[in-house]
Amino acid sequence: MSPHASNDPSRVSYYVTNEYYLELIADFSDWQDDALSVVDPAERDLARRLLEQEARLLDRLLYEEWLTLFTRECAYWIPSTPEGGDPRTEIAISFDDRRRLEDRVFRLRTGYAWSQAPASRTARMISNVEIFDCGRDDQRMVRSNFSISEFWDGEIRVLAGWAAHRLRKIEGVWKISAKQVNLLNCDQCIRNPSIIL
Amino acid sequence: MPLERVKAPVRRHNAPLYNWDELVEEDRVHRLIYTDPAVFEIEMTHIFGGTWVYLAHESQIPNPNDFITGKLGLRPILITRDEEGRIRALYNRCSHRGTTICRWEKGNSRSFQCPYHGWNFANTGKLRGVPWPDGYASKLVRDDKYNLAQVPRVESYRGFIFGTLNLAAPPLLQHLGPIKKPIDEWLDRNPGGKVIVCEANRLRYKGNWKLAYDNSGDGYHVVFSHRSLIMTENRFADEATQKGMSYYQNSPDELPMYCQYMGNGHHYKDKRPNLQARTGGLWAIESLHPGMEHVQEKLRTKYGERAEQMLDLAGSEPVNINVFPNLSLLGNHIQVFQPVAFDETDAIWFGTKIEDVDGALGEEVLTDINALRMRTQEGFPNFGEVDDVANFEQIQRGLAAPEDEWIYMNRGYGIPGRIHTLDDGTIKGPATDELFMREYIREWKRLMKADLDIAIQREP
Repeated sequence: MSPHASNDPSRVSYYVTNEYYLELIADFSDWQDDALSVVDPAERDLARRLLEQEARLLDRLLYEEWLTLFTRECAYWIPSTPEGGDPRTEIAISFDDRRRLEDRVFRLRTGYAWSQAPASRTARMISNVEIFDCGRDDQRMVRSNFSISEFWDGEIRVLAGWAAHRLRKIEGVWKISAKQVNLLNCDQCIRNPSIIL
Repeated sequence: MPLERVKAPVRRHNAPLYNWDELVEEDRVHRLIYTDPAVFEIEMTHIFGGTWVYLAHESQIPNPNDFITGKLGLRPILITRDEEGRIRALYNRCSHRGTTICRWEKGNSRSFQCPYHGWNFANTGKLRGVPWPDGYASKLVRDDKYNLAQVPRVESYRGFIFGTLNLAAPPLLQHLGPIKKPIDEWLDRNPGGKVIVCEANRLRYKGNWKLAYDNSGDGYHVVFSHRSLIMTENRFADEATQKGMSYYQNSPDELPMYCQYMGNGHHYKDKRPNLQARTGGLWAIESLHPGMEHVQEKLRTKYGERAEQMLDLAGSEPVNINVFPNLSLLGNHIQVFQPVAFDETDAIWFGTKIEDVDGALGEEVLTDINALRMRTQEGFPNFGEVDDVANFEQIQRGLAAPEDEWIYMNRGYGIPGRIHTLDDGTIKGPATDELFMREYIREWKRLMKADLDIAIQREP
């Protein structure tokens, strides 16, 4: 039996292969095209609802519930350059697979993550949600703008940018199979970048 | 090349600002060296100018006419490679009215035109032309003083570009001295003995730059400041498979790892002796990273024992090579400390990738190893450094209390037989001692007191 079938992506990382990266790069390139834009209000509302739910779970620090919005094999990607770059040859601010995403949550839950002790309070605004159908029935790309007001260490700051969600339909349910977070200041020095975006 | 000596690099004071001996004692330092903006102002010339400062890596400007912007202290710098390949550190400051002439962070250009009045400079710093030159009594392009200022001494060591304004500083190689050896080893473990800079994790903290340098070889903070990281990277491990920096957890003073002061403010922490076997030993303690099991299984199946050497190229080299005042090589990172203000600093963790210089790896292995190397490098800035900088900020906050004056650097101090001076003059002790802090701050004090020969130069 292939290890890929027998192993749990929360414990071992077999799915992050060169092919996986190539597919990710392809899916996150050349997709924001008016011709691919989904006009169906029901589908648009579904995506908006998912993004709003995600924002609420993160604002309420319900990380474990947030993780259930993702497919088992997933990616959480914050590029360090505005163009997104090739994560195989370019350091990202973050590039997490399922296990590392769970590491991220685990660390915040240890009580010893000093960068989040006490935890930031956040209010996320999601807007300009657009859906694109790139030719796969079980896949949609969603673009949204975000503005996260973060209260930490006595002051409120804003983290802003746009996100790309790759949604996949798994057993009838749309889940996030990859999230790319594009911070406006992704290539600049950022103070305490320790909340989940 | 014409030199312009700079006689008043800092605001003139009627008397020296401080008696530096009162602020820096053998085993403790005064809070003012972190909290006084006037001390910071002097540092920006006496340290960031008075000694060799890391400016950039040659792989960031590989081609003729490439440029990158940077800083020397607070000075905006434009590091250029000219048509012939020569590297200069130009002041990014129009010689006319002071405007920065380049606002892009990197690119390729033979010349730079000032956006304000259109003065045009070659990437050598030479003034090429000004609009309506007849309005000037003489031909400006014939007068050196209108060429861009540049750092008078720029030298590279194996790709690392340094600059100093101090004509009295020793040559770079002499200044680096014994720290060259660990730099060589750090480079030589990679194919062709070279690395390529490939973007960065960029952090900023509200604290003095020395808080980062104080931490750069600190083996004492690891299990406390990084408790969440060590818990996270060992959440699936048992005693036999402990990951990352777990070896710090039990009697770290007794372990074979060590700290070594290398002179001129440089120091080195070598954790490699803690590892069991050299080949594959690095990979064995590597934390869990995206793609790890896939790549290791693929390589082990195809290459057998040789796979361990390949995997070690993706592993984090367990050394901290700290080149005073602003460069730290650790894991596979080129970390740079960049002062912003007396209480604000950028800590930039440049990632490095490898090239298949001699064709020994092949395209497929190179791609897999570099991808994995990116993921190993993202681990520490995400789960470790964020907690350190949170602590640096809280030090700065604690130091706001004026009456509680001292910060201690006395771990290992005064214990007979604990610290040894070797034949080459380097000083060696346990990895958890603060000996490197005591030694580098002595060099800091020497530079703050020093009579410098500060100059800029202009292209003839």
